[in-house]
Amino acid sequence: MKGSLSKPDSKGHFGIFGGRYVPETLMPALQELERAYKAARRDVTFKRELGGILKDYVGRPTPLYEAKRLGEALGGIRVFLKREDLTHTGAHKINNTIGQIILARRMGKTRIIAETGAGQHGVATATAASLMGLECEVYMGRKDTVRQAMNVFRMELTGARVIPVDSGTKTLKDAINEAIRDWVTNVANTHYIIGSVVGPHPYPVMVRDFQSVIGREARAQIKRVTGRLPDVIVACVGGGSNAMGIFYPFSRDKGVRLIGVEAAGEGIDTEHHSATLTVGNPGVLHGTMSYLLQDKWGQIKGAHSVAPGLDYPGVGPEHSAFKESGRAEYVAVDDEAALKGFRLLSETEGIIPALESAHAIAYLESLAPNLERGSIVLVNLSGRGDKDVETVAEIFKGRTA
Amino acid sequence: MNRIDKMFSILKRRNEAALIPFVTTGDPDLPSTEAICLEMASKGADLIELGLPFSDPLADGPTIQAASQRALRNNITPMDLFEMVARIRRRTDIPLVLMGYFNPVYQYGLERFARDAADAGLDGTIIPDLPLEEAGPWIKAAKATGLANILLVAPNTPEDRLGKIARATSGFLYYVSVTGITGARTTLPDNLAQGLQAAKRHCKKPVAVGFGISRPDQVEMLSRVADGIIVGSAIVRIIEENTVPEGSAPVRALDARTKVGDFVKELKSATLRN
Ligand SMILES: Cc1ncc(COP(=O)(O)O)c(C=O)c1O
Repeated sequence: MKGSLSKPDSKGHFGIFGGRYVPETLMPALQELERAYKAARRDVTFKRELGGILKDYVGRPTPLYEAKRLGEALGGIRVFLKREDLTHTGAHKINNTIGQIILARRMGKTRIIAETGAGQHGVATATAASLMGLECEVYMGRKDTVRQAMNVFRMELTGARVIPVDSGTKTLKDAINEAIRDWVTNVANTHYIIGSVVGPHPYPVMVRDFQSVIGREARAQIKRVTGRLPDVIVACVGGGSNAMGIFYPFSRDKGVRLIGVEAAGEGIDTEHHSATLTVGNPGVLHGTMSYLLQDKWGQIKGAHSVAPGLDYPGVGPEHSAFKESGRAEYVAVDDEAALKGFRLLSETEGIIPALESAHAIAYLESLAPNLERGSIVLVNLSGRGDKDVETVAEIFKGRTA
Repeated sequence: MNRIDKMFSILKRRNEAALIPFVTTGDPDLPSTEAICLEMASKGADLIELGLPFSDPLADGPTIQAASQRALRNNITPMDLFEMVARIRRRTDIPLVLMGYFNPVYQYGLERFARDAADAGLDGTIIPDLPLEEAGPWIKAAKATGLANILLVAPNTPEDRLGKIARATSGFLYYVSVTGITGARTTLPDNLAQGLQAAKRHCKKPVAVGFGISRPDQVEMLSRVADGIIVGSAIVRIIEENTVPEGSAPVRALDARTKVGDFVKELKSATLRN
């Protein structure tokens, strides 16, 4: 029988979701990766090395900060921010790339490839590769290399080569296609560091485990500070790695509501959004069965969001399972609201969030009125907004002009 | 006996390998694909692979990616492919196999897809992103309607796995010549013949080889070992190069048809082992 919605079977199925829908050439590589990962998880040397780098290089544990002025502005709820924005390179992505780079080296791989949309995962991968002295190439949609030019430069500075992708929609989904094609071709010496809880088994489970450090820390921190578990956890969902990272350690805490916030872009009734779980339906993309944005013939649609890290037409299979089982709720917040959230956190707390994370902040405005005063809400602040200030400045300038 | 099995057994007696050309359905348009298929059948093709275009063809190189994009601009659907197959079926008995990614099949509905494909006159499917572990439901649906489901093995497939796949495939076994994506290559891997021989040892069914094959001398060499030779990108490229660009003239792929026909004839003669 296929794995249950709460626990995958040995082939990575969460009910109908997940699995390995890949060309035969990749099957041995995925099996090798799965074996290596299982062995590493049990190995104290691996755990010690990972823990050491996360502490001294990444800057973990990240703080849990009570945003009191924000909580007041929202009508008197208590908002706690898990500060992934304070990690080295400025987003949660680094938790995963450090884990995978140590694994890649253990497997004797000499070359690292990755895809990136916003450039955050590309930067985190290039950084990790430079830390280990491994060759690194990053696929990035041509459109994104223009939108996120600063991150292209950061990757190049740390010694990576950025390869612009001109196929399809020239964005993240095509960068993933190209990375998979590279991997199929160079599988003998190359490890593919995927950037979210997506792709074929074991990636969704492995990336979730590496990101779960967020939720494990937050769970201990919030209990220490408040003496109890939060009422609600809110995180933005692109592929779903920061959300799964904070949700997973709370997934058996029945009383804790888990809410994933997708990007509604210009509106979920338009063609320009990334609200995969909210309005998509199940299908297969990039090696996994999950919710997708697609037409009735199964052709994948382009996604859109003002936050480049959210514009992906798929989502991690475990989120699909969480949606199906009801363990988590998924909502969508549009570009306009996200920009308001961006401003709100900047003004009330002096913290400029990444546009992705601003979606989670923005949702608090809809959520707060339905909560009792004093309710505890934990928000994953997945990244900082330095990369976005230029974009946002352009948007605001266009309005006052 | 179904058309695929029959074809291979006849060729075996004649001491020939099967020539298996691939085209993307709807590239540059449906009438051209239909005409090209009939032409290839008359010039010696033994089986035709019909590509169902997909937005994200992750096992394909630039040539077939571009063909898929052109076909999708024509809004090609599985229904269009089935209708075209039904028209071709009235003219020829050549085995026809659909090659396409899983998501369009899944959205159509497995049972319905299998039924409509078989009713149209298709003989089998090749789904490159549906490995053995995930193929169960589709194999069942296909079998119920008499469709073959052709599984793939790659040069890095371990022997025990090769054996399992060889038992589960039907029609033939697709041996991928390179660890890589589709696309014409000037050279093929040195150990290709050895890999093919290993596949033949494990598989009682015919073994066809594909990916990267573009020249008659390659076909001749591989025909000594394989039961079938698949040529894709090289044919798609002829179609691309000989199609009048959109908007310039009504004569679309007229040149492409004769050129593909000539190429198929040349390749076919390289499959005779005598
Ligand atoms: C800061 C930040 N948050 C969130 C995301 C979305 O990814 P995920 O849903 O995997 O956390 C990204 C992706 O680039 C990001 O940079």
